[in-house]
Amino acid sequence: MKVSFLKIISFCLVIFTIIVFFIALNIDKRYSTENIIGKKIDNFKIKFLSHDQNFENKDLSNDKYHLINIWASWCLPCKKEHPILMKLSNEDNLNLIGINFKDKKKNANNFLKDLGNPYNVILSDTDGTSSISFGVFGVPETILINEKHIVIKKFIGPLDTNDYKNILNVIYEN
Amino acid sequence: MLFMKTKFLIIILLIFNINLSANENIGIDTKIFKNLRCLVCQGQTIAESNSDFAQTIKIVVRDKISQGSNEKEIYEFLSEKYGEWIVYKPKFNYINSLLWISPYIVLILGGYLIFKYFRKRRQ
Repeated sequence: MKVSFLKIISFCLVIFTIIVFFIALNIDKRYSTENIIGKKIDNFKIKFLSHDQNFENKDLSNDKYHLINIWASWCLPCKKEHPILMKLSNEDNLNLIGINFKDKKKNANNFLKDLGNPYNVILSDTDGTSSISFGVFGVPETILINEKHIVIKKFIGPLDTNDYKNILNVIYEN
Repeated sequence: MLFMKTKFLIIILLIFNINLSANENIGIDTKIFKNLRCLVCQGQTIAESNSDFAQTIKIVVRDKISQGSNEKEIYEFLSEKYGEWIVYKPKFNYINSLLWISPYIVLILGGYLIFKYFRKRRQ
């Protein structure tokens, strides 16, 4: 039986379309953080919340892990994760850096006064542009970096008890 | 008569020239915004979106342009932070090669089939 060239081409095209659809529909289109993990953090320069001086990446110590938490007083999930941050602030091997995101200084200070201040350093990113260097698109987000300033983990959304355990595992692993 | 024609031609050329320069003035920033996906929106570009995220990305892109970064460097910077998904026009690499090449393959095949069909009809 002779199969026409046109039939073979049509069959190949159908198979090709199915494969393309299969691949395209299985691609994970959600925001992913895998690009940032394992990379050294970019140079940054962010103002302190309390005064006009800048904090730079070179000011990060080289003997501790750093947990960069992006938060705001208007953000309800930030309130939810705050007790976890308070617990983490007791860890000697961890330096907590809070980046106050698109917030008013007065509101940020009131938030910390009411719920406690877990941070060793508090910075202020009033227009949100500095946080782009950390791949942030909302609050709260938290980035764990090691003493060599390489991103180990990134947490999107409020930290929970599992994240707390994960952070402790990482910082006491070595 | 010739003077009138020349005058008309000059006016037409001027209008087109203004239009062309207006197009150039749209600017590299808008071009980049149109090629960036708003990650927190439903199918909108950064140019179309008024979300908080889009506004921040617009500021960052404009800052990068004023610091002397070119279009490619800006896409690379944002892809590094948010993944290649943030750029609408995918990069040409081995994963995306099928996406780039397939329209040409289909075009050549389609052309060949049409050519074959017409040749058969003529015979």
